[in-house]
Amino acid sequence: MSDVLLQVRNLHAQYGPTKVLHGLDFDVKAGGITTILGANGAGKTTTLRAVCGMVKTQGEVVLGGERIEGKATENIVRMGVAHVPDGRGTFLNFTTEENLRMGAYTRKDRAEVALDYERMYTYFPRLKERRRQQAGTLSGGEQQMLAVSRALMLRPRLLLLDEPSFGLAPLVVQEMFEIFKAINQRDRISMLLVEQNASLALKLADHAYLLETGRVVISGTSESIRNDESVRRSYLGY
Amino acid sequence: MDLLIHQVLSGLATGGIYASVALALVMIYQATHEVNFAQGEMAMFATYLAWTLLQAGLPYWVAFFITVIVAFVGGVVIERVIIRPVENAPILAVVTVFIGLLVIFNSVAGWIFSYTIKPFPSPFPEQPLFGNAYLSSHELGSMGITLVLLLMLFVFFRFTPLGLAMRAAAQNPVSSRLVGVRVGWMLALGWGLAAAIGAIAGMMIAPVVFLEPNMMGGVLLYAFAGALLGGIDSPGGAVVGGFLVGILENIVGAYLGTELKFTVALVLIVTVLVIRPSGLFGKIHVSRV
Repeated sequence: MSDVLLQVRNLHAQYGPTKVLHGLDFDVKAGGITTILGANGAGKTTTLRAVCGMVKTQGEVVLGGERIEGKATENIVRMGVAHVPDGRGTFLNFTTEENLRMGAYTRKDRAEVALDYERMYTYFPRLKERRRQQAGTLSGGEQQMLAVSRALMLRPRLLLLDEPSFGLAPLVVQEMFEIFKAINQRDRISMLLVEQNASLALKLADHAYLLETGRVVISGTSESIRNDESVRRSYLGY
Repeated sequence: MDLLIHQVLSGLATGGIYASVALALVMIYQATHEVNFAQGEMAMFATYLAWTLLQAGLPYWVAFFITVIVAFVGGVVIERVIIRPVENAPILAVVTVFIGLLVIFNSVAGWIFSYTIKPFPSPFPEQPLFGNAYLSSHELGSMGITLVLLLMLFVFFRFTPLGLAMRAAAQNPVSSRLVGVRVGWMLALGWGLAAAIGAIAGMMIAPVVFLEPNMMGGVLLYAFAGALLGGIDSPGGAVVGGFLVGILENIVGAYLGTELKFTVALVLIVTVLVIRPSGLFGKIHVSRV
């Protein structure tokens, strides 16, 4: 079996008494991009939160050979997992730059961190213009770019993305997904992408899982799912 | 006119102490969205600790630093042991815990040290510095100490990574965890700092009002008024508010009589909350949905 970075087996998750995930199994290969698709309420966001330890879980979550279920979020992050949450999670009262600085909080290599600021600004020039502006005054699209940049400042080995296309203009989405492809290929950052926009996700990812009310109903390579007309029609709507 | 100058300058001296306690209140408010009503009693208890060390014969500044450090550690412990379990509890539960702490510290201090007032020494000389007629050495000295303290805190929060992390943890604990910040420890650190600030304030005010378990009641009231006036979510505002309240207290005391000093503070609190709850400098945060 080739290198599997994230292995999830029989994952159950609940918010208080409400069970949301019912025994999920999925993998993210090292250097690969896996996408989780599904309608609203299928449990996609909960899945990412479960990987990060943000909700109560049962089951197995294995990152690079180590069991991480039950660990505190901040400790999972320190193992190299960066999560771009739904709602972006921007530090609204901080400047753009301070948000990026927080992204690099756990890193000790100051020279490399400085290089990474510049790298984010080349990916997203709009952020450079607004570096000293209060982040809460940025547009939705800019905050999304900031959220992604902040996650990348960690130099993660696994990047969790929760609907990064949400609320963005199509052209911006295209640019962003090209950046994702670039960093995946160049820096070998593995990604777990949650998306409602199935066609977009299937173009980027190599593997896909389809969730329906907390269960995996279809899984396979994105190519096989793209080419399966019945799946596309009944589940993905195109 | 001479009286006015004297009152203003004297007001700045006590205002510095109110500003420090107001800052401690704001720090905890920013992190927990609750006002720590026990702040004054914790400071009083720390001052009693200093008194005990002085009675044991330790030199003043040694006792001072030991007290500050013990207060810091105490604050951290209180947050981890007492506050953390009620982190996500409804507001009423948290307020009850704060009031419980207030009562416990007050009663235990009275029990251990009795309620008779005790004199507390000032580290500054008896004679006014430079022979000036306006400020005693203690007033000048405590102004100096509180200004240094406030400056150190400003530099810490504004320019150090840990200060940034503490502000982040207060502002958005979920996102802070997502960048690896240990939010629980940031809160504990905040409590430690607030307790240390309170200890310093207590040791500066005790020579003036004499040491007894209810010593900090008035100070807390003024600090609270100052924090509200300046803006409960603005550290800079809280400091300015503290100084303003100090001056106001003295002017009211001189021109309207000392019976009305507390009343004026309470009136100020209500007025601010009714007219402009965000205070003079409370930031209006813009956030896009």
